Parts: sequence; C-alpha cells; structure tokens
Amino acid sequence: MPWYVLLVPLAAAALITIFTQRSKRLSSFLSCAAALASFSGACLIFTGKDAAAVAQKWIDFPGIFTVPFGFVLDNLSRMMLVLVSGIGALIHIYSLGYMRDDEGKSRYFAALSLFMFAMLGIVLANNFVMLFIFWELVGFTSYVLIGHWFERDAAADAGKKAFITNRIGDFGFMLGILMIWTSTGSVVFADVAPQLPILADHPVFLTITALLIFCGAVGKSAQFPLHVWLPDAMEGPTPISALIHAATMVAAGVYMLVRVGFIIQASHAALLVIAWIGTITALMAALIATQQNDIKRILAYSTLSQLGYMVMAIGLSSSNAAIYHLFTHAFFKALLFLAAGSIIVSLHHEQDIWEMGGLSRNLIITFVTFLIGALALMGCPPFSGFFSKDAILALAHEQNMSIFVLALATALLTAFYVTRLLVVVFFGHPRSHAARVSRESPLVMIGPLIVLALFVIVSGSASFSGRFVVVPQEMGFFRSVPLLAMSALVLGTGLAIAFYRGHANETFDFELLRQRFYFDEFYRWLIGWTQELLARISAFFDQWIIDAGAVRGVSSGTWGFGALLRLLQGGNLQAYSFLFGLGIVALIYVAVFR
Amino acid sequence: MVTLGHYLVVSGILFAIGFAGVMLRRNLIIIFMSLELMLNAANLSLVAFSRFHVQPNGLPNYNAQVFVFFIITVAAAEVAVGLAIIVALFRARQTTNVEDITSLKF
Repeated sequence: MPWYVLLVPLAAAALITIFTQRSKRLSSFLSCAAALASFSGACLIFTGKDAAAVAQKWIDFPGIFTVPFGFVLDNLSRMMLVLVSGIGALIHIYSLGYMRDDEGKSRYFAALSLFMFAMLGIVLANNFVMLFIFWELVGFTSYVLIGHWFERDAAADAGKKAFITNRIGDFGFMLGILMIWTSTGSVVFADVAPQLPILADHPVFLTITALLIFCGAVGKSAQFPLHVWLPDAMEGPTPISALIHAATMVAAGVYMLVRVGFIIQASHAALLVIAWIGTITALMAALIATQQNDIKRILAYSTLSQLGYMVMAIGLSSSNAAIYHLFTHAFFKALLFLAAGSIIVSLHHEQDIWEMGGLSRNLIITFVTFLIGALALMGCPPFSGFFSKDAILALAHEQNMSIFVLALATALLTAFYVTRLLVVVFFGHPRSHAARVSRESPLVMIGPLIVLALFVIVSGSASFSGRFVVVPQEMGFFRSVPLLAMSALVLGTGLAIAFYRGHANETFDFELLRQRFYFDEFYRWLIGWTQELLARISAFFDQWIIDAGAVRGVSSGTWGFGALLRLLQGGNLQAYSFLFGLGIVALIYVAVFR
Repeated sequence: MVTLGHYLVVSGILFAIGFAGVMLRRNLIIIFMSLELMLNAANLSLVAFSRFHVQPNGLPNYNAQVFVFFIITVAAAEVAVGLAIIVALFRARQTTNVEDITSLKF
C-alpha cells in the first residue's frame, strides 16, 4: 500500500510529461485523480494497522554502505501521509479553478504531482539517504513551481533564490548525514538510534552533527538566517504558496527534526540553539509582517513566524507540541492562502491590500473562511491555533522564561498584523474599481475552502486532533499561560482595530520593518563582497601565477637565456678559442683534481 | 741526465707558445702556424712517453710513435685544406686579419 500511495503521483507526473502534455484538460484531471487515489491509499494506511511494507534492497555494498528502500509507518508518518495527501488533493482541485486559463497548465500539474511524490517520499523514508534524495526533489519541484511564470523576471529570480538558499542549508544537512554515517556506519534511522549512547561520549561531535542536520531544516523550513527565500517564493501561483510554502514543504523541516529527534534530543547545546533560532524567526517574521502590503507576503511572514513556533517547540524538546502545531497550522495556513488566492483571482491578480477594502460584502464565503483561518492563526479560543500555540507557550513558560516572553510578544504581533489584514482587506470602503465590482470565485475554488474551514474548526477539538497527533496535555498549574495568551490576543486585535479602522493607507511608517530588516540588501552586499573578493583572488592567481609565472615565465625565461647566450657568438674567432681553452682547463680540473 | 719531465716541460712550453699565438695574433697564417706548433708539442710529449715507457723485453712502446705518424699525416691533410680555405678567403675579402672576418655571427 505505501508503494501505491507513493508511486501513483509519480506515474501521473510521468504520464503527463511524456504523453498528455498537449491536452491541458486531460493532464489536470490525471493529476487530480492521482492525488485523490493517493489520498484514499493514505486513509487506508491510516486506518489499517497492518499496512507494513517490505524494504527493498537498493544500494548495497555489504559491510560498507547499505541503503534499503524502506518505509517508516509509525503514527507520525501515517498522520503526515493523510495530511500531505489530503491537503494536496484539495489544492489539486482548487488549482483546476485557479489555473484554468494558464498556458503552462500541463507543466504545472506535472510538477504538482511530482511534488506530491517527493513530499510523500520524505514522509515515508526510513533512512537518511532516501530522505535526502526526496528532500532535494522537493526543493527542485518547489523551484519549478515558484518559477512557473518564468516570463516574469521576479518569478524566475524567486525560484533561483529559493533553490540556492535551500542548497546552502542542504549542504549542512548532507555533512550531518555523512557524520552520522561515518560514526555509526548506518543511515537507517532504526539502526542509528541504538548507537547513540556511543556517540553520547563525544558531546561536541554530537552537537555539531545535530546542528548540521538542523541546517537542512533551517533551509527548508525557512528559519533565520535562511528565511529570505520564502517571502519571495510568493511569486509562484497561490495554490503553490498554499501547498508547498505553507502546509507541507516548509513543514518538512519540522517533520525531519522530529523524525531524527533522537539525535537532536541528545545534545542540550543543539536544543538551545534550535529553540533560540525558532524564537528569533518567530519574532522577526511577526515584526516584518506588520508592515507588509502584499497579502501573500503577509501570509508568508506569518508562515515563517508559525514555523518559528514549531522549531521553538522542538528546541524545547517537545516534538508533540511541534507536530500538533504543524497539524493545525497546515489546515489554517492552507485555508488562508487559498482564500487569499480566491481574493486575488476575483480582483484580477491584485495583491496590494491597500487596493482592496470592503470585500466582506462581495466575497461572503471567502470572507467567512478567511476569517476562520485568521482566527485560528491568531489563536482565538475555539479554533485549533489557540490550543497548539498555547501548548508551545506553556512549554516555553515551563522551561525558559525569556523565550516565553518573546513568544508571547510574537503572539501579540500575530494578532496585530492578522487583524490589520482583516480590517484593511475586508472592511471599510472599496479602494479600487476591481474591489468594487469583485465577484465570488467559482465553486471548484470555493469547495476546498469550505472543506478546509470545516477541518480548521474541528481540528480545534482535542477528540478530533487526538486521532491524528498526540495532543499535549493541558498543564493545570499554568492557567496563567492561556490567560496571558488571551490578553495578548485582545491587546493586539484592539491595537490593530484602533490603528487601521477607517484608514485608506498606512497609518504609521516603519522603514526598517517595511524593508524586512534589510536582510536582502545585507545578503546582496555580503555575497557581492565575498564573491568580489574571491573573484579578485582568483583573477590575481590567474593573471600573475598562471599567466605571468607559469606560462610567460617559462617562455620569457627561455628567451632571455637564449639572448644572453647569443652574446657569446660575436664572430670573433679568438674569443671562441679562448673560451674553448677555458673549457678544456675546466674539464681537466674536474677530471684530475676532483 | 734528461728525464721525461724535461721533455714534458719543453712540450708544455711549445704548447703554451702555440696557444698564445692562436689567442693573440691577428694574421690567419700565423694562427695556423701556431696551431701546427701545438700539434707538434703534443707529438713531442707522445714520443717522449714512448721513449720512457720501456716494455719488459727492453724495447720502447711503439704505439705512441704510430699515433704520432697519424697525427703528422692528419696535420698534413689539414694544412692542405686549411691553406686552401685561407687562400679562398683572401681572394674573397682581400685580407687575412681575423678581426675583419667576423660576419659569421648572430
């Protein structure tokens, strides 16, 4: 059964690429059918208890390096299977509407199916090598899909940026995998885990390994300092932003950290670094989100912020809280992106929130579903986001007070920018012609919105979520935490309403946040500078060592020596004979006296 | 009592005179004569070696004397060629001064 779930999307991608490239309708339906088939298979795996799969031999050098092609089918990967294939299927259907008139529809759906294959592969992989290969494949499909509208320079650049930034993190990940392999001789999770006590004798080695593996998650889950690619990835089609850059791919980093948690948990230093990276990302992204104007970018920064929460939870050594938040976040963030996509389509691809306004009148279903997603994101009590965020906050309160304070500040900022988004987009007066005449999107797009909204509502109840993930127990003696979270929520919401109600443009201007802390500029400067330095060094080497030294040095040396020798040939017979005599004397000296 | 040393000293002096002549004189003919002098210095030493290298049967070693004959023969041939070249050169350049004949150079 896992084979079936994994390979159906691949088959669809292959069929579309090879045979049905011409027919857009056929391609899109093929891809959707594959996604639905995969989802039903995932449901069967989830309900059935005996869905084991035999590992196949794959790379086999006995005694040196053995990689089986095997699957992990524990509760975590079953939950992720259903989540990925379920949300994936919904987004396939939504894409039918969103990409209806797109030129590259076949290419889009082929890449989408390939992404499903890769993502399911990450979830199922039972060893580091498989994980890494699917990991890279996910990065590649993400690159293809971000750059889907490659005629636009911005989209092409964003694709490259995402791929290259991910590669930086993946390089660290690869080094980490190699370190594990050299130290334990195995890459299979189940074989590495029992060997950890041996590694624990070398805490520095273990910490470095854990942090290198974390590098991979930093790239894929867009954590500080490699977060810069995710906001730019919003150049891709909105369903892609929902599927890849909100619900699944960026969650792959968190999933991987949980999967290899046995390594990371073993090093306290690594845990501390991870927790702080998560906290910094959460706070920084929330700060930036308060001053962005592009609806998708605001959502992208909120994704960053929520991913920061998850990483923070892992750093606080609670993978349950992280996975719980991943689970709820996948629903409400996919919902938010799809609703944003619905807005964007009905406004003819307008993404500036200041060109919207008053949309709650025209786009009623979109508004209601967006509101549900937004409330969940803010952490409003009956919805799922409240419980999962609360679990992380309680965890931080228990373990590290400074992280807790920053996380609470992030929660306040989240409430602030989400309310700002709601107020500016849906209330007040329409600020453009497109916003005045906007009409609700087609049913094929509204349907997935409603389904996702239902899931967001029910995933708030512990009895529903508990079937999929371990819901961290409410810690009774920290009742103050939900109270503090609630007051942060109310304060943030109130501030945003006070600042933005009835305003037609930005009420206060904070250049540092608007420019996203100048990260892009800094990286441009840094890369420009280092590259320039490297280029200068190699140019110097080429010009002076290779050219001047090795090539011209030999030639001019020979030439100069020849010119010197030429001076001896003066045409004077007696000079020749004198030198001849000298030579004889020298020879005799050498022969007789040496 | 004349010893091998005396002969070799005379031979060395002759050789040195010849070499000095080759070095210092400008006239090609004189240089040529000096060359012959050097050859004969070598001949003298060879003959002296032959005379003083007595074999067990009481006779001198004649190998060196045969060698001298060869040298005299080659020298005669060389004189024929050399003088012919000098004559040809004189016809072409109207001089036998080596300082005027320096055109064979880079």
